[in-house]
Amino acid sequence: MKPIIRFSSHTVVLPFDDIDTDQIIPARFLTTTTREGLGDALFSDWRYDSDGSPDPDFVLNTPAAQGAEILVAGNNFGCGSSREHAPWALLDYGFKAVISTQLADIFRNNSLKNALVPIIVDPKTHAWLLEHPGTEVEVDLEDTVIRLANGQAVTFPLDRFSRYCMMHGTDQLGFLLQQDEAISAYERERAWPI
Amino acid sequence: MSAKSLFEKVWDQHVVVPESEDTPAVLYIDLHLIHEVTTPQAYATLRAAGLPVRRPDRTVATMDHSTPTEPVTTLKDIDVVSQPAAARQIKAMIENCDEFGVHLYGFGSEHRGIVHVIGPELGATQPGKTIVCGDSHTSTHGAFGALAFGIGTTEVGHVLASQCLLQRRPRTLAINISGRLAEGVGAKDVILAIIGQIGVDGGTGHVIEYRGSAVAGLSMDERMTVCNMSIEAGARAGMMAPDDTTYEYLQGRELAPKGAAWEEALVRWRSLPSDPGARFDRELDLDVSNLAPMVTFGTNPGMVIPIDGTVPAKVADPGFKKALDYMQIEAGKPLLGKPVDVVFIGSCTNSRLSDLRQAAHILRGRKIPDSVRVLVVPGSQHIKHEAEAEGLDQIFLAAGAEWRESGCSMCLGMNGDTVASGKLSVSTSNRNFEGRQGPGARTILASPATAAATAVNGAVSDPRQFLN
Ligand code: SF4
Repeated sequence: MKPIIRFSSHTVVLPFDDIDTDQIIPARFLTTTTREGLGDALFSDWRYDSDGSPDPDFVLNTPAAQGAEILVAGNNFGCGSSREHAPWALLDYGFKAVISTQLADIFRNNSLKNALVPIIVDPKTHAWLLEHPGTEVEVDLEDTVIRLANGQAVTFPLDRFSRYCMMHGTDQLGFLLQQDEAISAYERERAWPI
Repeated sequence: MSAKSLFEKVWDQHVVVPESEDTPAVLYIDLHLIHEVTTPQAYATLRAAGLPVRRPDRTVATMDHSTPTEPVTTLKDIDVVSQPAAARQIKAMIENCDEFGVHLYGFGSEHRGIVHVIGPELGATQPGKTIVCGDSHTSTHGAFGALAFGIGTTEVGHVLASQCLLQRRPRTLAINISGRLAEGVGAKDVILAIIGQIGVDGGTGHVIEYRGSAVAGLSMDERMTVCNMSIEAGARAGMMAPDDTTYEYLQGRELAPKGAAWEEALVRWRSLPSDPGARFDRELDLDVSNLAPMVTFGTNPGMVIPIDGTVPAKVADPGFKKALDYMQIEAGKPLLGKPVDVVFIGSCTNSRLSDLRQAAHILRGRKIPDSVRVLVVPGSQHIKHEAEAEGLDQIFLAAGAEWRESGCSMCLGMNGDTVASGKLSVSTSNRNFEGRQGPGARTILASPATAAATAVNGAVSDPRQFLN
């Protein structure tokens, strides 16, 4: 994983609430055995017509959306299945951050593990972002803020450990494996059978 | 010592390294369930790092999501009945489990089936355990008083390699359920009503404990149905206190403790229920006495009404309007009597023997209209054989339904069992998301009884019509 400190990009807005992981990446694409190449299937059922051609009305297919690295979604993004293919597809497409008022727990966890920055903002900031599609936003992990074109800097919650890992490009498995002694001691000493 | 909740007890007993401001807790995992869809990349991580599976003895593997529901006896069959990518995934699972020494309940096994059905069926799911799986409906196992939750593939790799997870402690939500369920109303209706009330994000960040007299009266199958859909309310997990119903279910199962170990386990399990005075971050009360069978009308499980109700008219909300447009359902109108194309009875929510019995009870001696395709998919091979021993398969077949091998099947349409675009399905599964059962498919979620009544009439029906 590449370390992330800060980056800025224009946004794409998907204003619907409760966008589930089946919309982010439908189940028929989950037969893959690798993490790569899922970007083409991102939002597949919304993005393409039934004959496979891009639907010109869908926001990701508009010229303004090209190159956007930040997705602003309606409330409660990423609910549903635990498929990590959802953040993989978003990253493979080119997104680096998702902003909403709420992100589903498993989706949020999966995003943190892959350095797709999950950003939760207050309803007022969210409303402003929804009303200004394409606006330039700076994401800064050092200060855990997003900076908006209206001059506002809005902090967002980010677990310290995940922040550290994203800023250093550290894989969390390494940290877990360092706990080997404690894990072995737990297995040995637990009063009831493992 | 202060009063503790069931969740707090299980959590505390599994902390290997406590959390601090800088680092999450290292939580020990007692049981890791794995299936073919969310593991190949995790195995690849282990292989690349030269790591073994730390506790193959605490890992239970099966194949369910992309497996065909046509009979498979040889690996060649998979190539015949599956799409190439699905076949590759299935074979990768077999090879990976073999290479890493993980026992796989694969083709030919009596206990191959939906991962959340076989864990309990084998007796691997037990009170007080921490259980994870790369699947959001892992919440099902909370019905036994386990702390069970879904994880992503990276975390599957973490558990395979270390038998632990890095976790922040979630908050708790107690849902007190009282009252007596009316006839024809079941566990599925209870959980749909709860999701309708708290919303699809109402449980985010929380572990739910379902409590109260109505919970104590539920069978294990029913408890699993309720806990299964905790994730549809956004909850991290759903739990219920273990009791005699739990122990009776587990006793004698293949992987349940035996002899003296059983007696010891019972003592430990009896100490798990929340202490009187245990605190929860939130509490909520629900009386189910007047509950009707519930059906969804929109594109998430929170968009739900009583079967004799009408679809609400919240047309100012663009998402709401989008959902009704997709479903081709009108605000202000009832769903009752709406013709359907497909009925699916199955999934980890409702594919257990008692679910099949309920459906068979209504279908017995009746004929399904030709316009409706009815697919009945048992949760495991074991359930399939139990149902066949009771003659349930004959009831389904005589009514005109299809009777299949076990698996996830039409719950998510990964294996080729799909609902065609634009068709309307009444399904006992757990997600009515756009395209969940196939691109363009429209899904109404309901109980097995409602699904069976709908199958008989070829239109959305109230199962109470068939009470006798
Ligand atoms: S039956 Fe459906 S919800 Fe359950 S594990 Fe399978 S795909 Fe997931």
